[in-house]
Amino acid sequence: MSLLLRAERITKVYTNHRALNQVSMAVPEQSIFGLLGPNGAGKTTLIRIINQIIGPDQGRIFINNELLKPKHVRQIGYLPEERGLYKKMEVGEQALYLARLKGLKGEDARKLLKGWFEKFDLMPWWKKKVEELSKGMQQKVQFIITILHRPKLLIFDEPFSGFDPINVNLLKEEILKLRREGATIIFSTHNMGSVEELCDHIALINNSEKILEGDVGEIKKEFRSRIYEVELETTKDLVERLAGEHFSIIGTKSQNGFVTVRVKIKGNATTNELMKELMPAANILSFKELTPSMNDIFIKKVTGKFPLETLENNKQGSAGT
Amino acid sequence: MSKTATIIKREFLSRVKKRSFLVMTILGPILMAAIIIVPVVVAQLSDSEYAVAIVDDSDLFHDSFKSTENISFTPLGTTIDHALELMHDGRFDAVLHIPEIAFQAPSSLRLFSERSVNFNAKLLIENTLKLEFESIKLSHAGIDEEVLRSIDTPINIQALRIKEDGELVTDYPEISMGLGIFSGLLIYIFIFLFGSQVLRGVLEEKTSRIVEIIVSSVRPFQLMIGKVIGVGLVGLTQFLIWIALTFAIVGAFQIAMPEMFRFTPDDQVFITSTQALSADEMEKQMEYIQQHDTVAGQLVEGLSAINFPVMILSFIFFFLGGYLLYAALFAAIGSAVDNEADTQQFMLPVTVPLLLSIIMAQMVISNPSGPVAFWLSVIPFTSPVIMMVRIPFGVPYIELALSAGLLILGFVATTFLAARIYRIGILMYGKKISYGELWKWIRHS
Repeated sequence: MSLLLRAERITKVYTNHRALNQVSMAVPEQSIFGLLGPNGAGKTTLIRIINQIIGPDQGRIFINNELLKPKHVRQIGYLPEERGLYKKMEVGEQALYLARLKGLKGEDARKLLKGWFEKFDLMPWWKKKVEELSKGMQQKVQFIITILHRPKLLIFDEPFSGFDPINVNLLKEEILKLRREGATIIFSTHNMGSVEELCDHIALINNSEKILEGDVGEIKKEFRSRIYEVELETTKDLVERLAGEHFSIIGTKSQNGFVTVRVKIKGNATTNELMKELMPAANILSFKELTPSMNDIFIKKVTGKFPLETLENNKQGSAGT
Repeated sequence: MSKTATIIKREFLSRVKKRSFLVMTILGPILMAAIIIVPVVVAQLSDSEYAVAIVDDSDLFHDSFKSTENISFTPLGTTIDHALELMHDGRFDAVLHIPEIAFQAPSSLRLFSERSVNFNAKLLIENTLKLEFESIKLSHAGIDEEVLRSIDTPINIQALRIKEDGELVTDYPEISMGLGIFSGLLIYIFIFLFGSQVLRGVLEEKTSRIVEIIVSSVRPFQLMIGKVIGVGLVGLTQFLIWIALTFAIVGAFQIAMPEMFRFTPDDQVFITSTQALSADEMEKQMEYIQQHDTVAGQLVEGLSAINFPVMILSFIFFFLGGYLLYAALFAAIGSAVDNEADTQQFMLPVTVPLLLSIIMAQMVISNPSGPVAFWLSVIPFTSPVIMMVRIPFGVPYIELALSAGLLILGFVATTFLAARIYRIGILMYGKKISYGELWKWIRHS
């Protein structure tokens, strides 16, 4: 798979703090790439550097193996986290203006815009002022402006914050469609759960440094929790049975005559061995491995511990929902 | 079309299409024309006839008072009490009482009125009586009035300025002053008006959060300079329309009511002595004075002495130069704050030099070629206003060139500094910015 974007040891120092420290990143073509990390980690700074809004202090960015240049502005569509429109300007006129600034010709822009406005039922609002539009409609307009010039690379910073669920689904559909048509997409967000199921590659950024990057499937494999949640009929000698060196009970919880147990399998022991211990004791109702969410992986990476390793954190993928 | 041009176009059109622009564009010239026309019209309409009854107990001044267009005099043979009754009935506006002892004791003269006294009438009466008293006293002293009048020599020095090319022009300091202050004030107002439009425009982009969408397509500098130029063109357009409309309105009035604009010597109030000089060498001079010694004559003469092409061209240059210098600073302020209330702390360095130049204009006018005038008119922060004040008095071309050159350097410098603040400021939210912080932004590459 060829790379659409490559960032090489990017460092950016603001007057008071270091926003990015030697961050490298590789975004494969036609992938959906999640740039994840808590607020203030440096994601927006990196994105602004890619958009040439600010320059890096060190490091280089390549697009299609070509050093980033002003002409690449035309190939990138960017929906910033801080986004808005001129309130007093007419919607259509404003969309045309922003399209022209991206480098589209007036007539082409008008044709393309009309198509998108019709698709999103915005045509009756063309002549209205932006302040007369609902928030949801304004967001649709912003989205259209971002993708109108058919950029090869789409960058969405906190894309779904402030969108209502219906619009979120609409946007997700459109984004997936754009990807099928050849676009590469970068999602930047602190809300990892909101894009997790969409991304096929991710990079985790914390405290100005990249701490993890790669294919989502491979990362999940690497970060298997080996923690299993078993639901059983009540049994007395459960603790004795699992007392061996291969297993450790994280916690148990009884409810209505059923017991939920979280067990971590250690060393080379297998799930079958765990079953073997449990089966004679009680009827097993369910048995599943807890897959860590991106959020869990992030916490594990930062603190060294999975949040799953306590029973209070009963829900799968703590903040992932 | 380049992106900067696209931005300029939007900034220009979005303002020109606003209703407030239309209102200002139409109201401005009407107000300016009104300043010229209203005093003329008011002077002409100047109320109904003011009737003064005269009760002359001294019997000396029966024929002295000549009625004028607006003031009528009626000698009454009655007593003062009866005259006052007549005034009370509304037959007269005022009663002048000249008691018997008036000649010996002029302070016994009285002018009665039920409303406040017409100032012009009082002035006219005083002047008339003064001349009458004088001529009676002269004849008592045995001096021929004619002789005295011939001694009384009116002096009206014609101020001549030798221009750089050796040409002699008549100088009219009053007109130069008026024009200088007017154009200086206009520059001041324009810089403030359109400078703060830039500030509000930048702030609007920041608070509406559109700025990051735009700067992902264009460089921040293009956005800033596009706005500055766009708004500047709005100012220029407005100025040119104003000039054209003002002339059109005044011209239309002149054609519609020509009699109102025919200035006549104001001899009704100020009775000037007749000029009886007969010396041959003075004859030409006399003719000249008679022709020109009127308000209108001086105005026309004075205005024709002003070099209007230079005036208008320098106005446009110093407006644009001054505007560019300050607009860049206004843009930087707009980018550094989050809302209009926070702009106050940074406005001081911008408003102080502008205010200073308006205050110093008074001083410059009294000595338009002095060192204060010179320095203030070459320092870029004060030169736009002060130079416009000086130009009607005539400024050496070398000083004009120096001032213009420094102004260009000045706005290039402020634009450069402002751009450095701007590109960081527009993306900065929710942080109180200090001067120290701004300085760091400027130094930070």
